[in-house]
Amino acid sequence: MTIKLGVPSKGRLMEKTFDWFGARGVTLARTGSDREYAGAVDGVTGVELVLLSAGEIPRELAAGRIHLGVTGIDLIHEKLAAWDQRVEVMAELGFGFADLILAVPNCWVDVDTLDDLDAAAAAFRARHGFRLRIATKYHRLVREFLKQAGVADYQIVDSQGATEGTVKNETAEAIADITSSGETLRANHLKILSDGLILKSQACLLRARGADVSADEGRDLADLLDKLGL
Amino acid sequence: MNPKVITTAAGIETLFQQAGAATVQAAILQPAETLLDLYGEDIRARAYVTSDPLRGEQMLRPDFTVPVVQMHMEQGAEPARYTYNGVVFRRQEDDASRANEYLQVGYEVFDRSNPAETDAEVFALIQNALGDAPVRATVGDIGILMAAVDGLNTSERRKSALRRHIWRPKRFRALLDRFAGRVETPAARQALIASDNPMAQAGPQIGLRSAAEVAERIDVLKSDAALAPISATEVDLIEAILQVRETCPNALAQLRDIAVDVPSITGAVTRLGERFEALDARGVETSSLMFETSYGRTSMEYYDGFVFGFHATNHAGLSPIATGGRYDALTQRLGKGDAIPAVGGVIRPDLLIQIAGGAS
Repeated sequence: MTIKLGVPSKGRLMEKTFDWFGARGVTLARTGSDREYAGAVDGVTGVELVLLSAGEIPRELAAGRIHLGVTGIDLIHEKLAAWDQRVEVMAELGFGFADLILAVPNCWVDVDTLDDLDAAAAAFRARHGFRLRIATKYHRLVREFLKQAGVADYQIVDSQGATEGTVKNETAEAIADITSSGETLRANHLKILSDGLILKSQACLLRARGADVSADEGRDLADLLDKLGL
Repeated sequence: MNPKVITTAAGIETLFQQAGAATVQAAILQPAETLLDLYGEDIRARAYVTSDPLRGEQMLRPDFTVPVVQMHMEQGAEPARYTYNGVVFRRQEDDASRANEYLQVGYEVFDRSNPAETDAEVFALIQNALGDAPVRATVGDIGILMAAVDGLNTSERRKSALRRHIWRPKRFRALLDRFAGRVETPAARQALIASDNPMAQAGPQIGLRSAAEVAERIDVLKSDAALAPISATEVDLIEAILQVRETCPNALAQLRDIAVDVPSITGAVTRLGERFEALDARGVETSSLMFETSYGRTSMEYYDGFVFGFHATNHAGLSPIATGGRYDALTQRLGKGDAIPAVGGVIRPDLLIQIAGGAS
């Protein structure tokens, strides 16, 4: 059998991952047509490339169906309970930087901190009869963050995309989402709370703690990590 | 499920019936909205949520209290005593060794006559049902802290902000420090309060929260900034109240001393004394029973008076074997205007069997 390495199947995250491995003498490449999700590995033996959606890599690692995987640490934290018992961070790859942040409309000049948000949420609920809505796809991370901060009277509404638009569309009052440059936030008239950084994320190489490894695979895995300088 | 647990649960239910309780049932699927309104978003971390396109979000019942209160408020005669025996479901995110489905046997009393008596009735009955299991009880009273907040010499707005966070000790502490002037006002807020035209950089108005609501909060912040801080003496007294952790007679003596300086808690302390007397009269040894003012502050959100828990003495870190307390305010929130004093408690027969099996 082979060591399975899960890599995001498209976009910049895939290209940067290929570059990162390439710089260390391990060539990853997609094979076949542009649309076929198949890949090849050169420079080491016994390693198979598995192309996956970045969002599915945490689950595959947790299940032990892949031995190694590349994805954003934000997705690991969000999707895996007790994540550090299930995967090990082998390397931070230095790309895919993004911060998970909490943002509110610019026009809320009275709200700059979580303390303000909590007070605004109480008043909002009293006025509108429902809890202040925060749009996000990071339900667990946001809930845990707000619980630690003691913020009450909010509710999470699911948003799987175009989250920055939800406030203008009046389906949410605030948002929690990934940002790198902050441009999309500014364009949508939103601002980050001064203590609203939930998580700093970047792409990481992860090892599944629960994946079965035979003696041969163990050698191949050690060779690969050696080649990667880990 | 372990047949011993089922037998034990049935035995406890019988005991509760003999104490005058009628057995009631509750649906496993509860409308999520009610529970979310009561507990807030945090409940999603503790309860299983499911849905269908017709009824929307439903929750697998995380406890019986809410459905039993709803049932009583809709159709119950007074006074009433209920018991139930069924599974509850608790989502676990951190500790896979904790059960996510287990039996609860409960006893709930809705009675306007004598709160001290009914508090003691529930506690003594639960203690009796636990038999000679290796447990230690702790009691508390959230009402004392609430009364202390009511008596603070400050604005009603500050008091209600503190009351809102009674069950979140960290945020409560942060608010108290701010109202007492112990921490500096954040620079952004100082600038906002000092600004003649705070909306200058606001940009376009978007979202449901209107400019009027923003302006209203700025006014609130301005008037709050002009308000005198809560005195250090008052903060110290709140601190002293929260630190009472003694056997019942000693705790009562300490709280009576504090009440000389905090007259607003006098009524709550008197009721505490009456409760201890009622417990004594039912054979509970209050001379060795521990009282903590802060007991239950992080985990028992809907309780607003007497609270209690029975913890295993031979299994460190185990969830409490039995818990309970008074939840008058909950009946008001679920009763659409009606309210009735209510107190109750639950036992977990699975844990009772586990600790009877010996130390871990």
